[in-house]
Amino acid sequence: MTVLPTRHDEAWRYSDIDALARAWPLPAPESIIVPADGTFARTIIQDGGTIHQLDIAIGKGATAAIHVLNIGGEYGRVELNVTLHEKADFKLGAVQIGGGTQTLEVITTVTHAEPGATSSQIVRSVLAGTATGTYLGKVAVARDAQQTDSVQSVKAMLLDRSATANAKPELEIYADDVKCAHGCAIGELDAMGLFYLQARGITPAEAKKLMLQAFVAGVFEGAANEEALTEAALAKLGDLV
Amino acid sequence: MLQINNLHANVGDKPILKGLTLSLNAGEIHAVMGPNGAGKSTLGYVLSGRPGYEVTEGSVTFNGQDLLALEPHERAAAGLFLGFQYPVEIPGVSNVQFLREALNAQRKYRGEAPLTGGEFLKVAREQAGALGMDMEMLKRPVNVGFSGGEKKRNEMVQMGIIDPALAILDETDSGLDIDALRTVGDGINRIMRKPDKAVLLITHYQRLLDYVKPDFVHVLDGGRITRTGGAELALELERDGYKELAA
Repeated sequence: MTVLPTRHDEAWRYSDIDALARAWPLPAPESIIVPADGTFARTIIQDGGTIHQLDIAIGKGATAAIHVLNIGGEYGRVELNVTLHEKADFKLGAVQIGGGTQTLEVITTVTHAEPGATSSQIVRSVLAGTATGTYLGKVAVARDAQQTDSVQSVKAMLLDRSATANAKPELEIYADDVKCAHGCAIGELDAMGLFYLQARGITPAEAKKLMLQAFVAGVFEGAANEEALTEAALAKLGDLV
Repeated sequence: MLQINNLHANVGDKPILKGLTLSLNAGEIHAVMGPNGAGKSTLGYVLSGRPGYEVTEGSVTFNGQDLLALEPHERAAAGLFLGFQYPVEIPGVSNVQFLREALNAQRKYRGEAPLTGGEFLKVAREQAGALGMDMEMLKRPVNVGFSGGEKKRNEMVQMGIIDPALAILDETDSGLDIDALRTVGDGINRIMRKPDKAVLLITHYQRLLDYVKPDFVHVLDGGRITRTGGAELALELERDGYKELAA
């Protein structure tokens, strides 16, 4: 792409175009090829306002797991373009936590090109201030990709009424024997739960933190540095509440 | 210990408490009974500081402190415990973590050293055991998937661990079978019937009072205390109903 995208491009619709312009032009996406029966794992901690673009091709019977913590900078974006071959498996666990005027995005295109592949995407966003958190996730299933099994679970928690969450799971299915589950929820912390915790002596900030910790729990399961990721997420949550 | 004087409170724009006056001394157990909609639960929420429950007039003093000036967590640290009528489910947060944080937050507020994990578990095991609750349940997320009776029992375990000076128990007896009622009643007596503690039992029915004998019974109706008596008043209410009494 040589021309700067505009918000008319669906994939950049909620982006911070000014911040993007400063980073433009972007380097070519990193290309990753996981050979047949191979395994690949990567953790992406976006803490400096950077844009990560990965093209991942997962060979027959191979697996790839990506864990994302998207928390830093005015504009942070993690974009994954994944192609699954026969019986390949892709897992994404992403947490984005933003406050102030931050714009954070996780954009995925997962293509089930051949039969029997599985994909699972879990995305949790916590947003405060006037921050914007976006997940655009397209799952495409090719005509021959029968027995595809794909899951998208997307949830966002708004700490202030002025924050914005966009969530768009999108399915494009050309096969007729597939399972493609997708769920989306945007909400606020349960006021009664917060009161219950405070009535037992927990400060308002700690009560929020405890509930948010529960909200993002499990997303980093299986990551090599699960503990470090969780700790970094908690520290960022602590800044927000 | 607790002096409530001419308390008026609104929920939204609706006045619920309309001049409630009540006084509890250390060593006493008081029961507040009354028909639906009389303001019983509102009283518990106002005393514990639930957002949306606005005091418009009157005062509440707790051990010499202006209770209404404190935040909910400060009231807890000052020694006030509210047993919820409907204990809240908090997915993803374990009972053990919740209670340890709660207890240590209170200790910190009072300038006491935090309990270590081992010290806390010892207390938790003792209290859970005394109330017939499995330690496995304490490791599960707070109240998630608990039956009504288990939730109430969990409230009592929490009370035992936190060891408050004043417990306001909002219909702790509702949803309990006969055995659980006895267990909860025994728990209240064991934890709270002490010379330096007091209890405000909010209830519809006499049956809990068979196990926890109150020193005073108050009738709350239309947002105020309309009658006060001894334990025998509860029996009278059970026999004649609130309507008869109001007439």
